Amino acid sequence: MSFLPYAVAAWLFLVGVWGIVTSRNLIHLVVCLTVVQASTYIVLLGIGYRTDAAAPIFADIPTSTPTVDPVVQALTLTDVVVEATVVALLLALAIQAERRFGTLDPNELGALRG
Amino acid sequence: MEVIAPLAVGAPLMAAAVIAATGSLLPRLAADLVAVAVAAATCVLCVLLLAQSSGGATVVWFGGWHPQDGVAIGVDFAVDGIGAGLAAFIAALTTAALVFSARFLEAEEAHLHVLILVFAAGMVGFCLSGDLFNMFVFFELASVGAFALAGYKVRERQAVEGSLNFAVTNSIGSFLLLTGIALVYGRTGALNLAQAGQAFAHAPADGLVVVAFALIAAGFLVKAAIVPFHFWLPDAYAVALTPACLLFSGAMSELGLYGLGRVYFTVFSGPLGSHREALEAILIGAGVLTALLGATMALLQDHLKRLLAFATVSYMGIFLIGLGTLGAAGVAATAIYVIGDGCAKAALFACVGIVQHRLGGVTQRRLFARGLRIRRTGALFALGGLLLASLPPSGPFLGKSMLDDSLIAANYGWVVAVVVACSMLTGGAVLLAAARVFGGLGTHPTGDRFSEEEGGEPEVEGSRNRTPAVMAWPAVALAAASIAVGLVPGIDRAATAAADRFVDQPTYAREVMSGQRVAVPSVSAPPLRAIDWPLGVASVLGAVGVAAIALRRSRSTGSLAAVADQLDRPLTAIRALHSGHVGDYVAWLVAGAALLGGLVALAAS
Repeated sequence: MSFLPYAVAAWLFLVGVWGIVTSRNLIHLVVCLTVVQASTYIVLLGIGYRTDAAAPIFADIPTSTPTVDPVVQALTLTDVVVEATVVALLLALAIQAERRFGTLDPNELGALRG
Repeated sequence: MEVIAPLAVGAPLMAAAVIAATGSLLPRLAADLVAVAVAAATCVLCVLLLAQSSGGATVVWFGGWHPQDGVAIGVDFAVDGIGAGLAAFIAALTTAALVFSARFLEAEEAHLHVLILVFAAGMVGFCLSGDLFNMFVFFELASVGAFALAGYKVRERQAVEGSLNFAVTNSIGSFLLLTGIALVYGRTGALNLAQAGQAFAHAPADGLVVVAFALIAAGFLVKAAIVPFHFWLPDAYAVALTPACLLFSGAMSELGLYGLGRVYFTVFSGPLGSHREALEAILIGAGVLTALLGATMALLQDHLKRLLAFATVSYMGIFLIGLGTLGAAGVAATAIYVIGDGCAKAALFACVGIVQHRLGGVTQRRLFARGLRIRRTGALFALGGLLLASLPPSGPFLGKSMLDDSLIAANYGWVVAVVVACSMLTGGAVLLAAARVFGGLGTHPTGDRFSEEEGGEPEVEGSRNRTPAVMAWPAVALAAASIAVGLVPGIDRAATAAADRFVDQPTYAREVMSGQRVAVPSVSAPPLRAIDWPLGVASVLGAVGVAAIALRRSRSTGSLAAVADQLDRPLTAIRALHSGHVGDYVAWLVAGAALLGGLVALAAS
């Protein structure tokens, strides 16, 4: 059990958020969002990881063999699928923003205030 | 009986898939009828679940994977009174929204129906789920539908920007939530609420519990639009298609608070229960701030949908105050308040949809005095304002009175003043807009530097000279429902009994893990205090007074104007914070999450 995955996750979260806050381009912003999301994968996989354990496929190993936790891997996969939808939607919106505003810079959108 | 709960989620999803597959072949009327029929059927299923809930929670294990030796192997729906009631309310609102949208313009493929049905299925699934990760997935399913509905009018600049802000901030909220869920799993080895609650029952409030709870709470509070996580909400609600607004304002934000309550009471009440007072202070403090900010901002808005959006923020604050008492009385009051107030806000949004159709605008400066020719819509809109101000004896009045009583009982008597002030201000904001638009009173509002662009695109097909019946009747029905909630005999008793069970972790865990249903004992709800009636009347009069003062303010030069000038600068500063810039919103979100984490850590130390 190491703290490294959690440190990496925290770093990814912060650096991604920093990217979103300072972004000057919506495509860049959406990619930064996926960086933030990558932190959740690391946390999930880090929780299920066991040193020197096998992959949780019991076809050719005895069922008593220690394996890493398959549940978190399933969660990660679901998480990937869910967020792929969101990212696709966001990229579509970014294309629309470029059409309507003529720019991808979030600083120059400003149709909503106060 | 086991089939009802899965069907309540499966039916709208299946219908959405069928409509999506056959949309280009189906005539519009068929798509409308199928969608409305399925939404109504979902509502009936949820009401059946609600009726069953008096005999104990309905627990369904998918695939027959029942728990073994205290370990939940499978994934379950665990339906209790509060969950089933909220699901039934969502399904009813969906039905109204689908009827309302029957005349809305759209591409041939009936995408609107598909999105609304998927959105509703996600929300209903969230209410019924007994599993942390499934709650996350259902919320995401609903959210993706909501993002698309907010950005549905892609040819409008505001819709694109509002939907972007909505999707980015809420996704980060989801990541916080998921990280918290992962930590709970890491500690307890359980994603099932009941099993995680049992594992935590006698655990101390150590660092991991604090961090996990703070992350989950922050995630849900982003969805519930609590200050400082609220910035996305007015942007999203102001631009969304009107039928979507009905569902957003009535149900979606409230789900965030439901999720927080559900997870706190079933999982975290063990380790955090001994620090309950400090936790109450945090939640009620955030609620007070949100309620006041939302109410103030509502009063300053020119754009009618944005006005209602800020009123929603204010009410989210009030509901958080109710939940924040962390007791059954507060939960029961909030449950009734959510339904009464949700119907009233949905009726108000429906009125704005009618105004948009008939008069071709949504800002007060454009609509000033033009509503004189649609008096009946005006009367309904003003009634909605009175309902927000908790007109006795309506649903919002009953909810507010029960909330006030529970606050007094929990030694938070001073918060009653905040609740009354916010119902006055939000009700007053709606009445002020009604007086300007439908009565031509006061002076013609002019735009200021915050003025929004007007959405130019018409939403509804057909002549502007008449209101389609499918738009008028849902609005009337929703307002009537809001009043009726306060008049149903025994509703306070039923809500109190359901809330008693909602906060009861040991019984929840036993029902889910051992499969034995425990009948909900009937309780007597405490009668309203004598002070509640005068408070209700005072709120209504106060709302009328707020509107009258604001109408006069633009003319007067006396002391009132001097006070207004004093307030001008701080109010402008607060409005300027709502910059519409997604980076700013995310910065607030992260700062708020860090603050919440720090406060929860202090509370648990």
